[in-house]
Amino acid sequence: MLTEEQIERYQRHIALKEVGGKGQRKLLDGRVLIIGAGGLGAPAALYLAAAGVGTIGLVDADTVDLTNLQRQVIHFTPDIGKAKVISAREKMAAINPGIEVNTYEEWAHAGNIMGIIIGYDFVIDGTDNFAAKFLINDACVLAGIPYSHAGILRFDGQTITVKPGESACYRCIFPGPPPKDAIPTCSQTGVIGVLPGVLGIIQATEAIKFLLGKGELLTGRMLIYNALEMDFNEVRINRDPKCPICGETPSILELKDEVDAVTHCDLGKK
Amino acid sequence: MHLTVNGKNTVIADKESLSIPGLLDELNVEDPLYVTVELNGDIMERINFDNIVVRDGDEIEFLYFMGGGRG
Ligand SMILES: [Zn+2]
Repeated sequence: MLTEEQIERYQRHIALKEVGGKGQRKLLDGRVLIIGAGGLGAPAALYLAAAGVGTIGLVDADTVDLTNLQRQVIHFTPDIGKAKVISAREKMAAINPGIEVNTYEEWAHAGNIMGIIIGYDFVIDGTDNFAAKFLINDACVLAGIPYSHAGILRFDGQTITVKPGESACYRCIFPGPPPKDAIPTCSQTGVIGVLPGVLGIIQATEAIKFLLGKGELLTGRMLIYNALEMDFNEVRINRDPKCPICGETPSILELKDEVDAVTHCDLGKK
Repeated sequence: MHLTVNGKNTVIADKESLSIPGLLDELNVEDPLYVTVELNGDIMERINFDNIVVRDGDEIEFLYFMGGGRG
C-alpha cells in the first residue's frame, strides 16, 4: 500500500496506466545499483531517486573535483573534496527522503563486485574505463543480473541493455578491452557536458522499465548518439555464439580484472 | 558502389567491392585496429577481415569503443 504522501508525490506516475499504484509499488520495492557516481551516474541517480526506486546503491571511491562539475550535476561546488557517494546520497535524500541509498566508497574490482551486485535487480554501468566496463559485464552475466551499459566520448555516446542469457552482452560486440591508452579518455579528448545527461537518463529509463516490466528494453540493439549531428542510430546486435562469456563454450568462467585496460579518466589530472 | 554505413547512404566511387581493411582505409575509419565491424547484421571476426568482401548494397555498421562516463 502507498501512504497519502506517496500517492501525492508519485501522482504523475500513478496517473499513467503503465505504472499506476501497482507499478509505483514495484519501483518502491526495486533495487538498482549504479556503479560510478559521475557523468552517467549523476543524472541516473537523481531521476531514480525522484522516481521512488526504493533502494539505490552507489559505488565510487572518488572525491568531487572542480573538473567534474561541468557535467556531474549531482555534485555542487561546495562538495569539492567530498566523497562522491556521500555528495550524491545527500542530494538524493533531499529529493526523496523515502528511499534508501546504500553507498560503497570503493572501486569495483574482481574481488568485491559479486558481493556488491548480488541482491540488486538491475545494474547501471556509469564507469569511465574499460577494465570496469568489462568487469561489470562479466559479473552481471555470471550473476544473471540485467544491466545497462553506456559509454561516452567527445560528442558521441552508446548504450545497450544486457539481459544475460537472453540478449547480446558487451563482449558479444567487443570480445576484449583495447590495449591500455589505445582509445582516448574523456580527460584527454574532452566531453560535452550534456552528453552523459542524455545517456545516463536513458540508462535510468531502462532501469525503471525493467522494474515495471513494461515496454521494450534496449536489448539486442545498441543505440548510438551523436550530439553534434543530433543523430540517433540503432544497430542490431545478435548474441555471438563464440562470445567469451555468454557464448556456447565460454572461456571466461570466473571474474578477473582486465589490468591492462585500466585507464581512469581522472588519472591524468591528479 | 553504394553502401549504407552507420545508417547513412555512402558512395564509394570507382570501386565495385572492397575487403574490410580496404573499406576501413577508404573511409578513414578512426581506430581501425579496434573498431567492431558489422556487415548486414552480423559482427565480423577480425581474423577474417582480409577475406570478407563488401559489395554494392551492403549495410555496414562501425562500433567504436567508448570508455567514458564516470569521470
Ligand atoms: Zn556475450
